[in-house]
Amino acid sequence: MPDLTRSRLTPLSSLPPAVPGVSYSAAPAIARLLYRGSDGAVAAGAAFGVALPTQPCSSAIAGDRATLWLGPDEWLLLAPEYETLAVQQAIAAALPGIAHAVVDISHRQVGLRLDGPRAAAVLNAGVPLDLSLKAFPVGMVTRTIFEKAEIILWRTGPVAFRVEVWRSFAPYVMAIMAVA
Amino acid sequence: MLLIRCPYCEMERPELEFRYGGEAHVVRAAEPETIGDEAWGQFLYLRSNPKGLHAERWRHTNGCGRFFNCLRDTVTDRIFVTYKAGEPRPELAS
Ligand SMILES: [Zn+2]
Repeated sequence: MPDLTRSRLTPLSSLPPAVPGVSYSAAPAIARLLYRGSDGAVAAGAAFGVALPTQPCSSAIAGDRATLWLGPDEWLLLAPEYETLAVQQAIAAALPGIAHAVVDISHRQVGLRLDGPRAAAVLNAGVPLDLSLKAFPVGMVTRTIFEKAEIILWRTGPVAFRVEVWRSFAPYVMAIMAVA
Repeated sequence: MLLIRCPYCEMERPELEFRYGGEAHVVRAAEPETIGDEAWGQFLYLRSNPKGLHAERWRHTNGCGRFFNCLRDTVTDRIFVTYKAGEPRPELAS
């Protein structure tokens, strides 16, 4: 099998310059699986090792895996790179005869981290949500928009966010962040 | 900007994340081939288009992605209530 990872280019090779109060970093490569299904969500979470949260816009982390609520029957599962197949097989084995879908979207999007006390202000240049800690607490995650691009926004700490964006939109998002 | 409460996200979200989806509660016939051209044409094209309270579909496109229904006044643009797809149209206390 060709080693695709060696030739794959990341759109995050050129990040927005750090400014006082916010710095940017590219999240390492990771396995991303989109789980769709209602009846099997509990069993799927058990097979994955992290429960699929039922509270809207919440997330759960256990070890090196995480589950992100995206919709009432839709979650994004994050796991270490190269565990894609193992996760798919574990969930399929746990859900015999139960309708569900697990789609590998590992390379559809990229992860961009923002750290610093001004991270929320930079994001609010394009995100029309209240990003105060009260309205958007640590662990909250949601699909939303950044200007014209759809993103997944995940607050990983009081002044830390992760933006998941489709790879072809990453230069657009970063260009706006750079002038925010 | 309008803030619209998504019944699936259970919170108010900015209008920019939503798309309008036409009149709600327009039911497709179980056996369309039996209802005739006129009834089929009405299902496809005829809408109530009221001046005032309107039950309509919206989709939280750039959010949870779900379709839901909404009671909105087409004159004032005021949204009175949103509710999940499949739920009956709520009665408004007047
Ligand atoms: Zn929603």
